[in-house]
Amino acid sequence: MWQLIKPSRRNLRIWQVGVLVIVFVLWHVLTAPGLVPPILFSDDRQAAFFFGEPIKIFSRIWDWFIAHADIYRHLWITLLETVLAFGIGTALGLACGLWLALSPMAAAIFDPYIKALNAMPRVILAPIFAVWFGLGIASKVALGVTLVFFIVFFNVYQGVKEVSPVVLANARMLGASKRQLLRHVYLPSATSWVFSSLHTSVGLTFVGAVVGEYLGSSQGVGYLILQAEGSFDINTVMAGILVLTAFALVLDMMVGVAEKVLMKWRPQAAESERL
Amino acid sequence: MTAPALTLDGVSCTFVSRDDPSQRYTAVRHVSLKVGSGEFVSVVGPTGCGKSTLLNMSAGLLLPSTGEVHVFGQKLAGINGRAGYMFQAESLMPWRTALENVMAGLSFRGIADARQQAEDWLKRVGLGGFGDRYPHQLSGGMRKRVSLAQTLVLDPDIILMDEPFSALDIQTRQLMENEVLDIWNAKKKAVLFITHDLDEAIAMSDRVVVLSAGPASHPIGEFHIDLERPRDVAEVRTAPRFVDLHKAIWDVLREEVLKGYKQQLAA
Repeated sequence: MWQLIKPSRRNLRIWQVGVLVIVFVLWHVLTAPGLVPPILFSDDRQAAFFFGEPIKIFSRIWDWFIAHADIYRHLWITLLETVLAFGIGTALGLACGLWLALSPMAAAIFDPYIKALNAMPRVILAPIFAVWFGLGIASKVALGVTLVFFIVFFNVYQGVKEVSPVVLANARMLGASKRQLLRHVYLPSATSWVFSSLHTSVGLTFVGAVVGEYLGSSQGVGYLILQAEGSFDINTVMAGILVLTAFALVLDMMVGVAEKVLMKWRPQAAESERL
Repeated sequence: MTAPALTLDGVSCTFVSRDDPSQRYTAVRHVSLKVGSGEFVSVVGPTGCGKSTLLNMSAGLLLPSTGEVHVFGQKLAGINGRAGYMFQAESLMPWRTALENVMAGLSFRGIADARQQAEDWLKRVGLGGFGDRYPHQLSGGMRKRVSLAQTLVLDPDIILMDEPFSALDIQTRQLMENEVLDIWNAKKKAVLFITHDLDEAIAMSDRVVVLSAGPASHPIGEFHIDLERPRDVAEVRTAPRFVDLHKAIWDVLREEVLKGYKQQLAA
């Protein structure tokens, strides 16, 4: 019997799902009023008030997606902010990284300022952006851009600095012009560094969008959570968090797929088959 | 008389440490060297004697501190466009397939049938079926073949080679050496070949130049190799004339090798 259910590569997925199920069952048992006697709380309704109830959370999600189908508008806004911030931030980081890495004098001049901007807690800029760009999506995109820009920038900078001097010399001997060096040597070398940071930066742009919405907005998933918190509706807050988590995972998977397609030249661990 | 393909005219090269300008190292000093068109010249010397520096200056990748480099009679400024360079280290672009790597030079120049020519050259170096592999999927010997095709597909008038086969096992190495000799025989390009392997130098060249141990190394001997061509690098090693030449050159080289070795121990 144990042989059959013992964790192994084969039933890995089942175990992973199992962990999730156990967490939700425990959550349900500990919070449902009247199921277990209150340990920490004086009243058996308080656990549900503080932590929410999984069944109500899931019915909330059901309402959002199926019954009322009213979350799509908010989800669309949040995803749009994420994608825009991610695209703009990555493009800016790539351009600035290439520029500074290829002109050492400019890099020397801007070095202290870039370090200072990176060290600054940028989430604090959110209210300023709200004033500058209004409460629409522009202010959230701006916040996301400031978060993702530096990650991409530093990785591109590093990537260009670490181009193999031999590969570079070889390309020059083969007759590559300055533009061709940029296009065929620096850029591919830098992108491999960018991709290694992409998982982090996608997560951060998502954070930027939600935090931006949370601080002031009229739509978006962050806005839904904020509204629910205002009325102490913990189940809706939890449902919003679950939806956000699921979409962060989906975005991460999409990056993984893109990485696999674009980075297929990168050596992987040997693939040998044992017969 | 036509100008030689490559002339190094009293070149010296001194490296200065960027952090501490008082730290200087003169790799080569007052080197004069000629490679006629169609001539195969090898440079041998102890490790760290500045052989690669000579080659980098010939390629235009490195500016000599003093002296001049002339290519077919013209003073070299910038990259040497008439030379192809085969590096000692891995020089293929890892993000391009073997075929795309061979194509690189042609496509940089905007040549229309780049793909066709690259495919022909891949076949010629025995890698016809490996065009879609990435460098990390090829063995060391195969990567060297791709490098060779990448350099020769551009049909350079001067071929610079920096210990191109030093990382290969002896069998692959002899195959590659014979291949290079065949191609050279057919096209008669000027070749400047750097190696630390005296056997290889004698087996392949018309002329062998011996460099002294660094720093400030300079040529201390020059030998004409009058072995008959075409040669087979494995067979020629047993010829009596080869043995004589080897002894004569080694007598000059031995002392320098020991000197270089002592310096490395002391450092």
